[in-house]
Amino acid sequence: MEPLTNRSKKLAKKEMTFAEKAYLPAIAQGLGITLKHFFKKKSTIQYPEETRQRSDVWRGLHVLKRDEEGRERCTACGLCAVACPAEAITMVAGERKVGEEHLYREEKYAVTYEVNMLRCIFCGMCEEACPKAAIFLQDDKIAPARYERDEFIYGKDRLVEPLKTTETK
Amino acid sequence: MTDSLFFFLASLTLLCALMVVISKNPVHSVLFLILTFFTISGHYILLNAQFLAAVNIIVYAGAIMVLFLFVIMFLNQSQERVRTATISKFAGVTAGGLLFIVLVAALRDASVQTYDPETFDSQIGMVENLGKVLFGDYLLPFELASVLFLVAMVGAVMLGKKEEGEKHF
Amino acid sequence: MESVDLIYKTIYILVIFGITLLIATYSTYAERKVAAFIQDRIGPNRAGPFGLLQPLADAGKMFFKEEFIPAKSNKALFILGPGVAMLIACMSSAVIPFGDMLIIGGREVYLQAIEVNIGLLYVFGVVSLGVYGVMIGGWASNNKFSLLGAIRAASQNISYELAMGLSIIAILMMTGSLSLREIAAQQAGFNWNIWYQPLGFIIFLVCAFAETNRTPFDLPECEAELVGGYHTEYSSMKLGLFLFAEYINIFVASAVMATLYFGAYNFPFMHELGALISDDPVIANNVITILGVVVMFAKIFFFIFFFMWVRWTLPRFRFDQLMKLGWQILIPLAILNIILTGGGILLKDHFFN
Repeated sequence: MEPLTNRSKKLAKKEMTFAEKAYLPAIAQGLGITLKHFFKKKSTIQYPEETRQRSDVWRGLHVLKRDEEGRERCTACGLCAVACPAEAITMVAGERKVGEEHLYREEKYAVTYEVNMLRCIFCGMCEEACPKAAIFLQDDKIAPARYERDEFIYGKDRLVEPLKTTETK
Repeated sequence: MTDSLFFFLASLTLLCALMVVISKNPVHSVLFLILTFFTISGHYILLNAQFLAAVNIIVYAGAIMVLFLFVIMFLNQSQERVRTATISKFAGVTAGGLLFIVLVAALRDASVQTYDPETFDSQIGMVENLGKVLFGDYLLPFELASVLFLVAMVGAVMLGKKEEGEKHF
Repeated sequence: MESVDLIYKTIYILVIFGITLLIATYSTYAERKVAAFIQDRIGPNRAGPFGLLQPLADAGKMFFKEEFIPAKSNKALFILGPGVAMLIACMSSAVIPFGDMLIIGGREVYLQAIEVNIGLLYVFGVVSLGVYGVMIGGWASNNKFSLLGAIRAASQNISYELAMGLSIIAILMMTGSLSLREIAAQQAGFNWNIWYQPLGFIIFLVCAFAETNRTPFDLPECEAELVGGYHTEYSSMKLGLFLFAEYINIFVASAVMATLYFGAYNFPFMHELGALISDDPVIANNVITILGVVVMFAKIFFFIFFFMWVRWTLPRFRFDQLMKLGWQILIPLAILNIILTGGGILLKDHFFN
């Protein structure tokens, strides 16, 4: 068969020299290589105690932000769900009742807000689509492994930023 | 002490040897044969012939019996047992019994040579003495036996060699 | 034998037995550490400081696993297999001289469990029996992969025993004794056998790898073709015994290599050092002996490390390559070595006597 390129290497079957036939020099060479690795710096990261250095733009677990007065910013406009390429976000909108002004910033709010972490590809599109700066991907948390598939559907209970109980400003 | 040890070993030897014949499973037979060799080596040690004991273990238990086991393990044991005809059983019992009678008759009048405590050398079974006897008094038979082994080896190599043009795989 | 001697022997045998088991235990830890270091990892470091309790954790795990016996296996032999492997592995450290003699209260105490004048043959015989555990276990599992593993173990051991025996014969021609104590004593100072028997040592080393079923000769348990080889069906501590026996065999093989070729407990300038330490011959002798034991164990540990080092460097042989190496290369080389040694001894007698 004609070779496709002229870069293919000719296979040369030449007689082995005595040193090659005896194998012992090659074995010694191999042992030398492994011994060199024996004293090399280890690349292990002791995980729970130390974590790998993450990039500044690392996108981790989602969080639903509150504003300065502790009210949920999300207004359930659904832009994040539209922007999501993996269709991981679902929400149900509801109207704010009288007396709930301290809980929700806008008149419309998300009654349920769920992110399916098995679908999510952590692309950050929701973050960019949000007009209210309500959803962010944290740079220090990852979605941990779980035993049940149900547990990967994160509801508001796990997504909304916890209230700051004490004012520290 | 030595007496009771001897009787213990002797009865163990006889028991194991009997089990070799009685066992239905050929692998069990081989394992009992190995035990028999061990007990025989024990007898050699009682006679202060350590070299013979060790060589007995190395050659018989360590090499030949491994080959026996090797072959027997290849046999298909799930086949049902071959029924032996009654006449062959009778023939076997008669032949064995006759051999036993002949042995008893031959050994009945034999006298065991007793040793003389004055000239008895307890070191007679040691390696040095054995070597001196083998390479001194019995040099010719020893060398002849080695030639015999060489011939057997060459024959085995000839048998094992591939014929011209023959393909085994 | 006096009762004092008997008590001393009992204690010594128990100590040697304990040390053997301890070294085998920590060999499993060392194996994992060496593997990790060669692969740029750290290895076990969670159980205890530096992971030193890892062997205990492993043993605990082994004991609590399910004891599984295949339905159509030969039950008695299935249980007997690992026991035989372990028993035979433990037998051979009895004749190895771990040190010279100590003088305690005017009594000469040799640091060797039993002195037989055929010590080397004893070791050789016990090693040749080692294959039975594997064979019995592999056959009794009633599993074709196990059986193939057992068959491979048998043929491999028999093939390499020959070359091993022939390489030992060259040593015996030089020392003129089968007693390991005698062989060790002849290598006093730096007069080690390795300087006279480099070829014999290499042959012995290769055969020791094959006899202990270590990589590159671990075909009986080769995962790629035989699932797990002879211990496919084994679980729990029965598997543990097989693995443990392998490490004991490594320890014994290392000890025999150190004794035969690397001067056992001897180290350079030992007599000069003894004279330097003390004028009292008893104290000097004891200090040198204890140093000798340390040196002996250092040599053994080096060889154990070497076994592991090779394991994580070389890939496994193919079975036909293994047989070719054993029968067509090592045995002729060993015979050549015997002829060369014989010629050397004759020349030495002719010119230097």
